[in-house]
Parts: sequence; C-alpha cells; structure tokens
Amino acid sequence: MLLQAIGVTLQYRTADRVVTATRDVSFSVDRSDRFVILGPSGCGKSTILKSVAGFVTPVAGRILLNGATVTRPGPDRVVVFQEFDQLLPWKTVIQNITFALTAGGRLPASEAAARARHYLEKVKLTASADSFPHTLSGGMKQRVAIARAMAMEPQVLLMDEPFAALDALTRTQMQEELLQLWTDTKITILFVTHSIEEAIRIGNRILLLSAHPGTVKAEIHSAGIDEADVNGRLLSARIHAQLFEDANA
Amino acid sequence: MPERLEQPLPTWRRLYENGTVRKTVLLLVLALMWEGYARVLDNPLLFPTLTATVSALLASTRSGELPRAIAYTLTLLLEGYVLGLVCAALLTALASVSKIGADLLEMLTSMFNPLPSIALLPLALIWFGLGNGSVIFVLVHAVLWSVALNTYAGFRALSPTLRMVGQNYGLSSVGFITKILIPGAFPGILTGLKVGWAFAWRTLIAAELVFGVSSGSGGIGWFIFEHKNQLLIPEVFAGLLTVILFGLFVEHVIFRTIEERTVRRWGMQV
Repeated sequence: MLLQAIGVTLQYRTADRVVTATRDVSFSVDRSDRFVILGPSGCGKSTILKSVAGFVTPVAGRILLNGATVTRPGPDRVVVFQEFDQLLPWKTVIQNITFALTAGGRLPASEAAARARHYLEKVKLTASADSFPHTLSGGMKQRVAIARAMAMEPQVLLMDEPFAALDALTRTQMQEELLQLWTDTKITILFVTHSIEEAIRIGNRILLLSAHPGTVKAEIHSAGIDEADVNGRLLSARIHAQLFEDANA
Repeated sequence: MPERLEQPLPTWRRLYENGTVRKTVLLLVLALMWEGYARVLDNPLLFPTLTATVSALLASTRSGELPRAIAYTLTLLLEGYVLGLVCAALLTALASVSKIGADLLEMLTSMFNPLPSIALLPLALIWFGLGNGSVIFVLVHAVLWSVALNTYAGFRALSPTLRMVGQNYGLSSVGFITKILIPGAFPGILTGLKVGWAFAWRTLIAAELVFGVSSGSGGIGWFIFEHKNQLLIPEVFAGLLTVILFGLFVEHVIFRTIEERTVRRWGMQV
C-alpha cells in the first residue's frame, strides 16, 4: 500500500468561522493505481488532495506515504493544478522542468536537462522548449505542468482537476494522453474531479464523496468505459444515484 | 484581373503611422519654435536661443564643470537610492512575516507618501547639518515608501498556486525567497524602483538648488543655481537640459531595457 488516509478530518478558516471541509475520510491507494476522488463542489476533494500534498494539515486522522506520516510538501508528491499560472513565467518551458529537478539539489544540471527533454518529448512539446509560458495555449501549459511533475518522478502524482479549465475537445485529448503516459510509466495517480464522465475514463478506482462536509459514500471500480450492469444501468447513472440520492430523498 | 488582397499604404501614411517619425518631427518643430522665438525676443538674459544653450552645454562639458556636477549628483543619488532600497527591503520583510508589520507598512506609507521629501529638508538641515547627510536623508524618504509599498504589493499579488508549486520543489526557505518570491514579485518591485527613482531624481535636483555644495563642489542643481546668480542664463538652460536628458535616459533607456528583458519577455506586465 503506497498511500493511506486514515480518518482524515480537514478544516479551513475564514474570517469569522471554522468550516469542516471533510469528516473522517479514509482510503488507500496502491502503487500504479489511477485513484479518482469524485464529488460535487464543496465536498472538500481539493482540500484532501492539498493535505496529501502537505499544504493542509488534518485536524484529525493521518496521511501516510509508505507508512510515514505526511507533514509538509515535498518532491515525492507533486501537484498538477487546475490553474494555468502554475508555470514560473520567468522561465522557459524547458527551464521550468529542469529547475524543478535541480531546485532541491536533487539532480545535477546535465542529468536534469536530459530528463527534462525526455519528458517534454513524451508530451510532444519539444518544439516549444524555449518558449515562455505566456506564449502557450492553456492545453500546452497543462502539458508542460504534467511533464514537469512526471519528470520529478514522484511517488504519487497529484492532479487537482487539471483539465477543468480546458475546452471540451482539448480536455478529451488530454485525458487520452494522460492514460497513454500512465501506460508508459505506470505512475501512481491521485486525481480529483467533479466530472463523473472524467472519473470513469481516468480512474481504475473511484472514491465517491458527498458534500458539506465531505464524507466517503462508496468506492467503485472502473474499467475505463461507461458499462451497463446486469440490470442495464450505466455506471455513470449508478454513480449519479449514489452521489445525489440523499438530496432527492 | 485577380482581386488584390493587400496593397501597400502610400508613403506619407506609413511615415505617419511610425511613432518615432512623428515624435522626431514634433521635436524638430519645437526646437525651431524655441530658436525662432528667442531670436525675435533677442534677450539672452531672459530666454537664450537653442544654439546658445547647446554651445553653453558643450563649453561647460569641455571645461569639465558639468561632468563634475553630474558625477557629484549621481554619487549622491546612488547613495540615497541604495540606502532607501535597503530600508525598503527591511520594511517589506517585516511586513511579509507579520500582520502587524504589514499594518505598519501600510500606515507609514499612507502617512509619509503624500509628504513631498523636499519639505523635510529644513528639518534635515537641523538634524544632519549642511552636508550630504541631509540630502541623503530626504532621498531615502523619497525612495523608501514607494519601493516598499510596491514590492509588498508584488509579494501579495503572487498567486497561491505559484507559492504551492515553489513549496513542492523542496527548496530551502532562502531558496524559496530568492528563486520564487522575488522573481514572482518582480513586476511590483520594478514599478517601485521606477517610481522611487522618479521621486529621488526630482527631490535631489530640488535639494541641490537650496544647498548642494559642500567642500567647494556641487551637483547639477547647484550648477543651475550658481549660473543664475552670475546671470549666465544659457548655462542655466544647459543645466536644465542636462536634467531632462538624464531623466529621459534613465526612464526610456535603462528602465525600458530592464522591462523588455524581464517582465515583457515573461508576459508579466502589471
């Protein structure tokens, strides 16, 4: 078991109150899983991802990576964010990747450059290596962010709705490319989304969260397609029912 | 005959669209008006001609008087500017680590920014005496507030995403500040440097007009003042022209170059 969340309760503070984002959330992720956390907005799924990354400390429960408690951010858990401004604007595409590798003193420059080129090739952006981020399209920026995160070769790749701000065509394409990258590298992915369709396509395991506060509803397996079960109900319909049955009851 | 999809504009139209050409023509017209008016007026004590001003400029450059004054002014300017930057860095650091520090910066800035530095000169003369110390004091006041405020605003404007990306890299805190925070806040820092420079330059020339001389040498402001006392008005005009030219040089060559190599290239304009 690579990553474990045990009874994680997360809170955040606004100016005048403390809000509980998730209550008693537990799950475990195995090596090479494509683990999707799916839930409506307000279920605290991004906060869970940020606590796995080490940006948010749980008020109760623990997060374990290889059995060790996560206490702060580190290069073994790299986040790909939704926002396009996650690349350093003052560095070119290739510099963004090499800097991520050399910054913590983890790789010598020559090795970093070779690895950066390798991953840039994987996301088919070699031609833009020397461009500055502001000249790239949204989809290209996300590709660079993914290449950068994968080049750091983390234990687990954390993705916080990375395709949500893209247009529909680009989003579908990026999902396919991500699956291809996973096939090549078998990297462990923890993926957060509010799209049922995206969860089915990306994940092999899907954790369903309800909102206000986020609690675990169920865990579901996906084969990557929206199959019908023996009763003829589509997977997406079953997920939808599980997520929203309380609201309809 | 095939339809022509594009056709060149007439020559005069293309010249008119070129900003440099337009401004050069304007400058020539203004220079001609200056020369013409001065010749008609024919009173070099009130309004010398452009040619007299230029020859005064050349003469005092050749005699070494003007270069000495420029060097004097620049030395003072740099001392005051750098000291102001150091103070601004300290104040910004304080503001970045605590809410009280941030409130202090905000309060001090809103109190002292509307106060023209030159208004502090009489007080500075009492505190620091007739010397460079007083000038440097007003210079620091001119630079400090705008640089501190803009730098702090630059830090605040850095997106939370970029901060998290930086933390993800496993950088030390010094590395995080120098490699993420400072480049990320650079648009704000540069704005502060520009505004600070503009205040400092104007303040310094004004201060030198009041008193700018110590141990027999003075700056450009003093150069202007002294020649007015001797009724050498073309030299006064030459001094003013120097102030303008140097200001243009710093704003349009130095800062423009920095901007083009950094924030424009990075697409980070504010």
